[in-house]
Amino acid sequence: MLDLRDISITFNENTPDEKKALQQVNLTMEKGEFVTVIGSNGAGKSTLMNVISGTLIPDVGFVHVGEKNVTSLPEYKRSKYIGRVFQDPMAGTAPTMTIEENLAMAYARDKKRKLRIGVTKKRKELFQDYLKTLNLGLEDRLSAKVGLLSGGERQALSLLMATFTEPNILLLDEHTAALDPSRAELIKNLTKDVVDKFDLTTIMVTHNMQQALDLGNRLIMMDKGQIILDVKGEEKQKLTIEKLLHEFQRIRGQQFENDRAILG
Amino acid sequence: MFISMFGAVESGIIYAIMALGVYLSFRILDFPDLTVDGSFVTGGAVAAISIINGTDPVTATILGTIAGFVAGSITGVLHTKGKINPLLSGIIMMIALYSINLRIMGRPNLSLLNESTLFTQVEGFWKGTGFDQALNGMLKTLGSAQVPSTWAILIFMIFVSIFIKLLTDYFLKTEVGLAIRATGDNQKMIRSLSANTDTLIILGLGVSNAFVALSGALVAQYGGFADVGLGIGMIITGLASVIIGEALFGKRTIAITTIAVIGGAIIYRIVVTLALRVEFLETGDMKLITALLVVAALITPKIIKSHKEKKRRQQKRKELNSTVAEGG
Repeated sequence: MLDLRDISITFNENTPDEKKALQQVNLTMEKGEFVTVIGSNGAGKSTLMNVISGTLIPDVGFVHVGEKNVTSLPEYKRSKYIGRVFQDPMAGTAPTMTIEENLAMAYARDKKRKLRIGVTKKRKELFQDYLKTLNLGLEDRLSAKVGLLSGGERQALSLLMATFTEPNILLLDEHTAALDPSRAELIKNLTKDVVDKFDLTTIMVTHNMQQALDLGNRLIMMDKGQIILDVKGEEKQKLTIEKLLHEFQRIRGQQFENDRAILG
Repeated sequence: MFISMFGAVESGIIYAIMALGVYLSFRILDFPDLTVDGSFVTGGAVAAISIINGTDPVTATILGTIAGFVAGSITGVLHTKGKINPLLSGIIMMIALYSINLRIMGRPNLSLLNESTLFTQVEGFWKGTGFDQALNGMLKTLGSAQVPSTWAILIFMIFVSIFIKLLTDYFLKTEVGLAIRATGDNQKMIRSLSANTDTLIILGLGVSNAFVALSGALVAQYGGFADVGLGIGMIITGLASVIIGEALFGKRTIAITTIAVIGGAIIYRIVVTLALRVEFLETGDMKLITALLVVAALITPKIIKSHKEKKRRQQKRKELNSTVAEGG
């Protein structure tokens, strides 16, 4: 479903700030695979996400979604196939617009936007059905402005908006990091449900190791712009935080420097 | 007095269409578009020169509107494709349009006095209906000594403005309209939902300036002339209408805000007309009055709000003190 081949990208080339953000990264994902990505700050996780979403174009290498080569396709064209949830709960929704209007915009993701009414009666019912699955009572607040919702509610809505059109790929960029523990837990569970329900091919970046172990059926660890560990299936089920840290030390021969990752 | 107020409402309603255009760029797209000063004249210039060359007024007005759409789109292209700052894109276009408008008209001023305009046609049709006598009769029984020469323009413009308002409301509810609103609200989000924000900004500015140019075309025909300097400060007039309207009539929904903007445009004209009746003020002071109006409209709601908040807090403290006193 997703195929990254020999992706390299360097920022500020030929300056003292030169940074090889990704170095010949290869990643192939089957339909329905759910990969969690961990790594310290600056490991290249976000760059990887941005290369897939089209926010960044790699210096070399190819990105394939399904059979399609999307390497040089601009972000807005690619997002027909790719759903995204951002870290910032404010980033995924339009605050001055209502819940139903936000959903209508997400609904139009894989269609051509036309001069027809966005929120029809029929669509409202559809949106209500989807909102019910969140169990947050949002189905009764269709015409409330999204700016009035709490961070957790907005993130739940973002998650729904990113997924209910069943995109080929779902990108989750630390989407629970800005929430309090109970809301983060809620979003984590919603993520699990929705990915299972639509059988979505998902990549989730997280700083929370426990979350990376709990969710998904494949785990990759990144460091210095490379994928240094790739664990699937049964082997992944048996992983623990200790084992992960041990693996990292074995591969890199150094202490895992990121406190946040350990504390998570 | 009554006649000048009548005139103020009449022209206010014509300028309201321009204010709706400004609302689209400033509020919906969050794009401070200064093209308005130029595109307003472009609308008037194209309509005037077309009429003088024998085009029928309806077509001439539509041509003016289209010219405004093109001007706005170019501002959009400068900003999105040329990556020029929004304010600067608008200023560049405004300056460019000044020369273009002169070229369109051939000279700085065109008179439409003896031409058949949209309004002379409407008045001609209206005279046959006999509504004027009825309405003026009503006014006289109400005790008004003076009566307007015709109600045609006012009634016609109410219909046109309401039509444009409803069109705007509908447009902003369509899938394209929702995406345009989201572009002004959260670009990152709508791009992640497969919308091309560049195209949406270009389209939005096009429609905004089409409204502005339509208003310009109507103002030229209403006043009987097109002048290259007609658009100076137009953006502030538009902004004043939007801000006054929102402050007085609210902005809870799109439909409320668009009618509020029309109301704001009318009230703005009335205030300016009243101000100009003050003895020591001259016509030339109008821009200064406008500037002061905008400042007042921007600051007053904030002062009122903070005053209310202060009062509320005082009230709360008083309540708390009294309960403590009772308890103690």
